[in-house]
Amino acid sequence: MIVGIGTSDLPRAPHLDTVGHHVLAMQRALADAGMAKAEVDGYCCAGGSKSSAGPDDMGVMVEYLGLSPRFTDGTMTGGSSFELHVEHAAAAIQTGLCDTVLITYGSDQLSRLGRQLGTRGHFAERTRVEGPAQFEAPYGGTIVSSYALAAARHMHEYGTTSEQLASIAVAARAHAAFNPEAMYRDPITVDDVLASPMVSDPLHKLDACVISDGGGALVLTTAERAKDLSGREVAVLSAASAQTHWNISTMRDFTTTAATTVGRDVFRRAGLGPGDVDVFECYDSFTITVLLLLEDLGFCPKGEGGPFAASGVIGPGGSLPVNTDGGGLSALHPGMRGIFLLIEAVRQLRGEARHQVEGCEVALACGVGAWLSCIGAVLLGKAA
Amino acid sequence: MELTGSWDDPDYAGRPVPDPDALSADFWAAAANGELRYQECPVCHHRQFYPRLVCTECGATPEWRTASGRGTVHTFTVVRKNLAPPFDRLTPYVVAVVELEEGPKMMGNVTDCDVEQVRIGLPVTAHAVVAEDGVAVPFWRPAGDGA
Repeated sequence: MIVGIGTSDLPRAPHLDTVGHHVLAMQRALADAGMAKAEVDGYCCAGGSKSSAGPDDMGVMVEYLGLSPRFTDGTMTGGSSFELHVEHAAAAIQTGLCDTVLITYGSDQLSRLGRQLGTRGHFAERTRVEGPAQFEAPYGGTIVSSYALAAARHMHEYGTTSEQLASIAVAARAHAAFNPEAMYRDPITVDDVLASPMVSDPLHKLDACVISDGGGALVLTTAERAKDLSGREVAVLSAASAQTHWNISTMRDFTTTAATTVGRDVFRRAGLGPGDVDVFECYDSFTITVLLLLEDLGFCPKGEGGPFAASGVIGPGGSLPVNTDGGGLSALHPGMRGIFLLIEAVRQLRGEARHQVEGCEVALACGVGAWLSCIGAVLLGKAA
Repeated sequence: MELTGSWDDPDYAGRPVPDPDALSADFWAAAANGELRYQECPVCHHRQFYPRLVCTECGATPEWRTASGRGTVHTFTVVRKNLAPPFDRLTPYVVAVVELEEGPKMMGNVTDCDVEQVRIGLPVTAHAVVAEDGVAVPFWRPAGDGA
């Protein structure tokens, strides 16, 4: 059961550093759950534990937050890390490894580095690059160009258009209008997206997510403990994850992601199908990310993501509202967005969302990590 | 694979340099001798790039093969914005995934042409640029007449 959610100050918080985002989100999630920090006996943080630890690596954060976990998970798969954390945390609670798991994330990306994440190469000038990246680094790829390789191939194979991709950004902005914490709230049109600067063909500036600050936290506990809490708990119906590659040049099929496996597993494990999803919180680092997930998770047939997205179903009032907080494309993207997909899904199922989808019974959160590499999904439902 | 320049040239200066390891050193050194290599598994005959100590299909130890240096553009993008030097000075440029005639795919730049000329399916030919002693990096350009 997810019993607590919290965010730090969004979407821009120059007064907080990375650890400050973790801490504030944790404090608010525990208050939301009505639980004391001392009850936490499991912890997940996307950062592993290295000897040369950064300020928010898992091992350091356990110490900094004063936790005494019996279960830890430092899985770091980029933006999908938090869906994998929930997958692992739910299993840990179910098998009795621990009772209450805290998951935290924080990033001061915007305030510290400004808007350069997507369009700054991964390596400094004249750097010597080891490992598999040595076969990509000399060519000057960026995060945007990596996703552009998939978008270009999808256009080639299926006739997907820039207008169809743009419609995904337009829908996100329409949702963002209802979110006072969104970075951008003014409506945009398909023409606005197409008129925005081309960053890496075929992806324009407005095909790309915003860059923000932000932190988020979740608290999961047993069904039994949840009964004593606020009555606003949300059930983890199922979770699934899969990975096909890491570096973009080794993507096996540039139009298909590991979400085909994830979709099959996450729905089968819950005994549900795509048609049962009332709200879809979908990773949207770029418009093409959403299009590929719509297809691969089974919301529409392969190759038909363009017409499907452009038909209006994913916008406010549509039959499959996608990213009801405005998504990464308009609202919030501090670098790894996966935890905010889960937080918004919980709000929708509690009936506490800023733009509530009426009758929301089932919500899907699906994260994408690295370069369309590692996908994680969690199906959430109202507690029985 | 023709050797066409070095990291001293303005179009290449300042780019990150591959740091050869026990396996990749052979690849980069072969390229410096004008030879583009990929790997093939002696057990299951799977062909792969980038070079690894293990066949990604069956787990056996793969062997080197020499590629023809001919391929086609499988997918590509024109990078119009990259804030990081030296690439900030080189935009617009093409980042492509090239499918070798022999099957494996590899990342590269398509050089020596207008970026608007590049399309998926474009036949390309490899050339190599010397990054440092014993290390040359493959690049691609549109296959010329009779190439």
